[in-house]
Parts: sequence; C-alpha cells; structure tokens
Amino acid sequence: MISKSFNPYKLLPWAVTCILLSPVLAIFLNAFSFDESGSFEHLLNTVLPTYISNSVLVIVSVVLISIVFALPCAWFVACCEFPTRQKLQWILMLPLAMPPYIVAIVYTDLLDFAGPVQLALRGWFGWQSIDDYYFPDIRTLFGASFILALSLFPYLYLLLRGAFLTQSAGLFQAARTLGLSPYRAFWRVSIPLSRSAMAVGISLIAMETLGDFATVNYFAVHTLTTAIYDTWLELGSLTTAAKISSLMLLVLVILISLENYSRRKQQVYQRNSSGSTDLRFYLTGWKKWGVLLFTWSLLGLSLFIPIGTLIYYAFHYFSESLNDQLFSYTLNSLWLAFLVAILALLVALIVNFYQRLSPGVFAKSSIRLSSLGYAVPGTVVAIGVLIPLTSLDLLLNDLLIKWDVSPVGLIFSGSLVILVLGYLVRFSAIAVGSVDSSLVQVPPSLDLASRTLGNGPAKTLWRVNIPLIKKGLLTAFILVFIESMKELPAALLLRPFNFETLATYVYQYVSDEMIEYAALPALMIIALGLIPFIVVNRLLEQKH
Amino acid sequence: MSIKKGLTILLAGASVLTSSLSFAAEEVNVYSYRQPFLIDPMMKEFTAETGIKVNILFAKKGLIERIKREGQLSTADIMLTSDFSRLALFTEDGLAQPVESKILDKNIPAKFQGENKQWFALTSRTRNIYSSVERVGPAPDITYQDLATPAFKGKVCMRSGKHPYNVSLLASIIAHEGEAKAKTWLEGLKANLARKPQGNDRAQVKAVKEGLCDYALTNSYYLGKMLNDPKQVSWAESVHINFPNQATTGTHMNVSGVALVKHAPHKENAIKLMEFLSGDVAQKMYAEINYEYPVKTGVKASELVASWGEFKEDEIKLSEVAAQHKAAIKLLDEVKFDL
Repeated sequence: MISKSFNPYKLLPWAVTCILLSPVLAIFLNAFSFDESGSFEHLLNTVLPTYISNSVLVIVSVVLISIVFALPCAWFVACCEFPTRQKLQWILMLPLAMPPYIVAIVYTDLLDFAGPVQLALRGWFGWQSIDDYYFPDIRTLFGASFILALSLFPYLYLLLRGAFLTQSAGLFQAARTLGLSPYRAFWRVSIPLSRSAMAVGISLIAMETLGDFATVNYFAVHTLTTAIYDTWLELGSLTTAAKISSLMLLVLVILISLENYSRRKQQVYQRNSSGSTDLRFYLTGWKKWGVLLFTWSLLGLSLFIPIGTLIYYAFHYFSESLNDQLFSYTLNSLWLAFLVAILALLVALIVNFYQRLSPGVFAKSSIRLSSLGYAVPGTVVAIGVLIPLTSLDLLLNDLLIKWDVSPVGLIFSGSLVILVLGYLVRFSAIAVGSVDSSLVQVPPSLDLASRTLGNGPAKTLWRVNIPLIKKGLLTAFILVFIESMKELPAALLLRPFNFETLATYVYQYVSDEMIEYAALPALMIIALGLIPFIVVNRLLEQKH
Repeated sequence: MSIKKGLTILLAGASVLTSSLSFAAEEVNVYSYRQPFLIDPMMKEFTAETGIKVNILFAKKGLIERIKREGQLSTADIMLTSDFSRLALFTEDGLAQPVESKILDKNIPAKFQGENKQWFALTSRTRNIYSSVERVGPAPDITYQDLATPAFKGKVCMRSGKHPYNVSLLASIIAHEGEAKAKTWLEGLKANLARKPQGNDRAQVKAVKEGLCDYALTNSYYLGKMLNDPKQVSWAESVHINFPNQATTGTHMNVSGVALVKHAPHKENAIKLMEFLSGDVAQKMYAEINYEYPVKTGVKASELVASWGEFKEDEIKLSEVAAQHKAAIKLLDEVKFDL
C-alpha cells in the first residue's frame, strides 16, 4: 500500500528490520567475497557432508522429541481435568529457565561410569568393570537431542496450550455432537486448528537447535556450527564461515516460507475467548494415572533432577562459591535481560502491527527478516554485530576528526550497546513469533469496528489489540528475559572490559569440568528465570 | 550553541557512559584468552606495585577477531594467549607491534621471542602421555609415534583433535616428518582411540581412572591442578606422567604468551605490564598457581613439577611448527579425526 502522505509508522518497521538484519547481511556479504584459501572446497570434500547430516539429524530429533513431550502435555492441561492440572499448566513452562549446557553437564556427571547411577547399578549387581555390562552412552547425537528437547519443549507446549485454550470450544463441541470420540476430536479438530502455533513452536525449536554450540559440542556431536567455528577461528577464514552460515540460513528461510505458503489460505480466529471449563474431559482410573505419570516424570527429568543435583553441589561447595562479586554479576544479568526483553517487545509490536495495518509481501518479509538472527550461533552473531558497529564507530570518528571535534573512540562497539544489540538480534524472533501467534487470533473485524467508530490506527492498537494480546506480550517478555539470562557465547565476546554476567561466570568453571563451583550461580540463573514466570502467572490467574 | 559544540558535549557524555572509556589516570586494557583464576591475582599484584589499573576482557574464542574489527580504535593494549598458534595468528595478521625493552630481553630467552620481538612467551608446558598406574605403570620410553601402533588399539583417550594443543602437536609432527608420514600417524592414532575425541584434558585422565582407556594425551600442568581439587585428586592419582620421545626428538612444547597490540592507547603502561609478567613475581605465580614452566631463567618450577624430573625438550623452532598449523587442521578434516 503506497500512501501519498508521509507516514512515519511505515518507516519505523523497516528501520527496525534493517538494524536487526545488518549483522546477518554483513555475514552474507562476506560469504560472497573471494576466498583464496579454498577452505570451502576442502571442507566439502572432507567433513562437511557429515556435519550437514548431523545438523539435520539433531534438528529432526529435537523437534520430534519435543513434540512427543509437548503435544500431550498441552492437550492434557488445556482439554482435560485431573489432579494437579492447575499447577502443571505453569510448571511445565519452567524447564525453559534451564540452560541446556548445564543440564547436559549434570546428566553426564550423573550417568558417567563414576557417576551415582552406574555406581549404584554396579553395587546392586556386583559388576566390577566396564566390560561386565552395557550402559548407553549419553555423549551421542541422540543424547544431545534429548537434552536439548528437555529444555526446549516448553516453547511448543506454551504455544500449543495457548492454541488449544483459545480454540473455539464450539467447534470441539460440534465435533463431539457429531459423534467423534475425544481421541478423534483431538486429531481432527484440535490438531488442524493449532497448526499455526505448531509451526511457530517448531521453527523456534529448530532455530534454537541450529544455533546451539555449547551442548552439541559438549556431547562431541559435530554440526554445521562446528564447521563455522573451525573455519573461522582456527583456519581464520571468515568468508568460508560466512558461506556456511548463509547456507544454514537459506535452508531455514526456505523451510519457514514453505510452511507459511502451505498455510496461506488458513484463517483461524478466536470467536469465543471465554473458554468454559466444564467442557474438559474428566480423567479417571488408568487414564488419570497415566497422565500424571507422563507429565510429572517429564518434569522430573527436565527440572527436578538437574536442580536437585545443582542444589546438592551448591550446598557442598557453598563457602567456595559464595563471594561478593556474585551479587554484582547477578545485577548485571538482571538489568541486561530486562532491557533486552523490553526492547524485543517493542520490536515485536512494531513489525507485527505494521503487518496488521498494511499486510502484504513487504510486511510479511519484515517479520521473517527480523527473526533471522535467532538461527545464527551466538559467536557468529557476535561477529555479525561487530562488523556494522565497528564500521559505524570508525565512520563517526573520521567525521569528528574532519570537523575538528575530538574523536570519541568505540562508543557503540566498545560499550554495552553492542551487547544489547547482539541479544536483540538473537532473541527478537521469540518475541516476534509469540506476538504474531497471538495477534493472528484477534479477528480483523474488531479492528474494523474500532476504525468505524472513529479511532485512528494508533488508538485501535492501544485500546483494542494490545489489551487482547496482553498474555502473548507477557509471554514474549518472559521468554526473551530468560533467554538473555542464559545467553553465553555473544556475552563472552561482546562484553566491555570488567563486565561479567552470571552465565559468563558459570562458564569459567564449567569449561574446566568444575561444575560444583558453578552450581550456586547456575541456580541463580534458573531462579531468576523462574521468578517472572511465577509472578506473571499469578497476575494472570487473579484476573480470571 | 553551535551544532559542533552541541555534538561535542553529546558525544563526550556518551563516551563517559561507556565503560570501556573511563578516564582513569593510569590504566591498561587487556584481552585475555587465559583464565581469570590465574590472571586476576597477577593483575592485583601489578596494580599494587605500580598503581596502574588493569581492565580485562576474558574469552576463549574470538578475541583476535574482535581486535581485527576494532582496528585503529581498539582500546586493547595487550593480548594474552594460552597457546602458541594464537600468538602466531595474531602477529601474522599484523595486529601486534614490536617491543624494545631491556627487561624483556633480559628475562625472556631469545628462543621464546617472536620475530622482530612481536610476541613473547611467558610460560611453557609439555604435551604428555599419561599412563594408568593400575594397568600400565610408568612408561618412560613411550613416544607419540607409539600411540599409532597396533599394540595400543582401543587404549588411547584424547580431546578433540582441533583443540589448539593437539593441532600444535600434529603441526610439530608434520614439521619433523612431513605431511605424508603425519597423516599415517594420525590415521593410526584415530584407529587406536578408545572413544570418539571428547571432553577436555582432565576428562581424559578421568577416563583412564574409569578403565575406559590406558593412555591419555594431556598437558603437564593439569596433573598439578587435579591434585589440588578434592574431587579430581583420585583421577590424578590413577596416572603416571610420562615425557614422550626422550630417545628421539624430545617432548613437544607449547607456550603461552603476550603481544602488544598495534594501536595500543596505553603503550607505556602495557610495556610495564609485559615486563611485570616476565619478572620474578609473576613467573613464580605461573609456576605455583598453574604448574607451568616459567620462561625466565632462575625462576624455579613448583616443587611438584620439579619432582617429575628433568627431560629432553623438542628443540624445533616454534615458528616452524606454526607454519604447519593450517596444514594440520586440514589433515584432521581429511582423516575425519573427530567424527
């Protein structure tokens, strides 16, 4: 839509998209520069095929395992009634606060030859050495996928539960009236109607998996991310690293667009927001016990066992790990995560409302493009952010010298600006996706009604849309907040002098296999991620 | 108020807010690949001695790339690395500048100085083969080449071949024996591994204790560090430390070191810090805290390290090893060492 009058709201989304995209673009541009080292051909002829198949396998496994975890949980909690359901509906989100690299280390320690599990088994059965029995090795592709799924499945759970809850109860009722069993109603009504949420959830998980380095590396699984690190940091070829990154992104963009294209004619709006509770299936007997066993053991694996182990370590190494710096690192982590979450929310509102006000290819692509950074590994984002910001600094200083003003040094790339931008590039996708999936459920007829009643677009957004998607906004805030608390690789590289976050502090010890000393700060990361969950959940509950 | 003046005030304000640009009277900025537990105590000592404040950024990856991007505006004065390949990469990329200092020349022997004095080694360490106390006993005659022979099938543990310490060992073998022989060695070594390369150097010693393998390829100083950790002491006590290739080329050495950044804004302070790091106090700290071999003659290794005895070092020039660095990485890909 081209309007003759100048409208600043049309520039804003593009400005935001350009800023968030600049690091990714910088990497793309590097990919096309000439590479004299021949590193790419070398990789292609040696290890790249294995890296590619590993990447694909890890993503597929993580997504599948996450669906197996999340789909039943979401449906049980949204559509059934059983003891502890009220508590479960928010506790099931909490594993998001667990940094996967820490869960990985905890489980490796527990399941190791010298760990408590195998020790107990040997004690019970009288086995002596490693040759006496078989025990599955956790340091495999499947082990890595399992651990990643344990902390990523809540994304899907969250979105699916939201979709199941807001799905028109009438449709489900109609299906039941027409004689469908709950089981068939689930497959033929609930699932198709939640496709948008499913798609967003899966792509978030896929992107997060693709961007992960710490966990797969810990499990000695080599993926495309390994190739990027090797070529760029060891062979010193940014061009080859950029080529591989670009390939990764390209595949991702194609997949997401395909999914969107296949959904182009589907329109799902919430018609009945007052979800009535008496439609839930009351579970009894073995069904009840089955559901309880499934949900609570999943929580045991993803939440209670890792946290319990960390508490045990923290308790035994308490005096070694408690120091005055811990407080200042906690504060750093907190306000940084808070700032990033607020900014990501703004980004999400800007690009999503732009699409709502002037739908079309351009708006759609601004949403997609602003989310690309999520799939890029942290260290690559870090360099991606360094390229435009250092150029900006150099340009600014040149200009200042030209104008006889004293130069100011690296005010963008040498300060926290770069760290905040790096986080935004990585995590805006979560906010954008979350706001997107709640906004599509608000029928456009409401906007039209508001406009007919004389409200301008801004007022309509403020008075009609935002109140309706409040839940989505809060979710977006929490998710970005938690991701920022956990973030490691970009923080390591982009932070200014003398600046530590909880995550970088934990990493100092973890990288030396000294998890015991890191247990206390690791618990802080988890606890600080849990608190906003609980607070927001209370707030939402009071309203209902 | 003119635009120019307004701009000046605005930017000055902005730069005060940014933490990298504090206008403390005396300071020096350090980018460090080496870890805080080792470096922080030394810097404290340096500040106490000179009054110069030290600002540090620690990271394990990407610091060189950051300096490269920051260009002439970089506020970094000094780069500390934990291995030789990064020193070489740093100077090759033209990011360092030569340092003329009588103190450095006196403290650091010429073989531990880079071309045109663009870098200086601060410590050296050996790449050892640890053997199981229970199943092997001491193996004083062992060589790196042995690890690739059929007798060692399924008995060797090591971390990723791509780790700088292993790349450097492979590069030294390429430098000694040529690429073809090095490739055969690497293939033999891969065939003998008890498990896919994984974990860090300490995890290999742990694997020996658990009976997964009999030999672990690990740096010397980790033994000292494990002996001082309540949980890891039993790992350390399950192995003997052996210095390989005593009858042939000598044990492979790697170094950690320091370089002065080309555009260092606090050059004088930076050189003072470099001199301090090569001096008795810091050299002794490297020896005592991290069990490394000090480069300064006259500073003794820690009691524990000294108890491992004298040994023959590989005397090959570090620059010759560095020249094979990229070839080594490509070779690792060719034999799919980590996969």
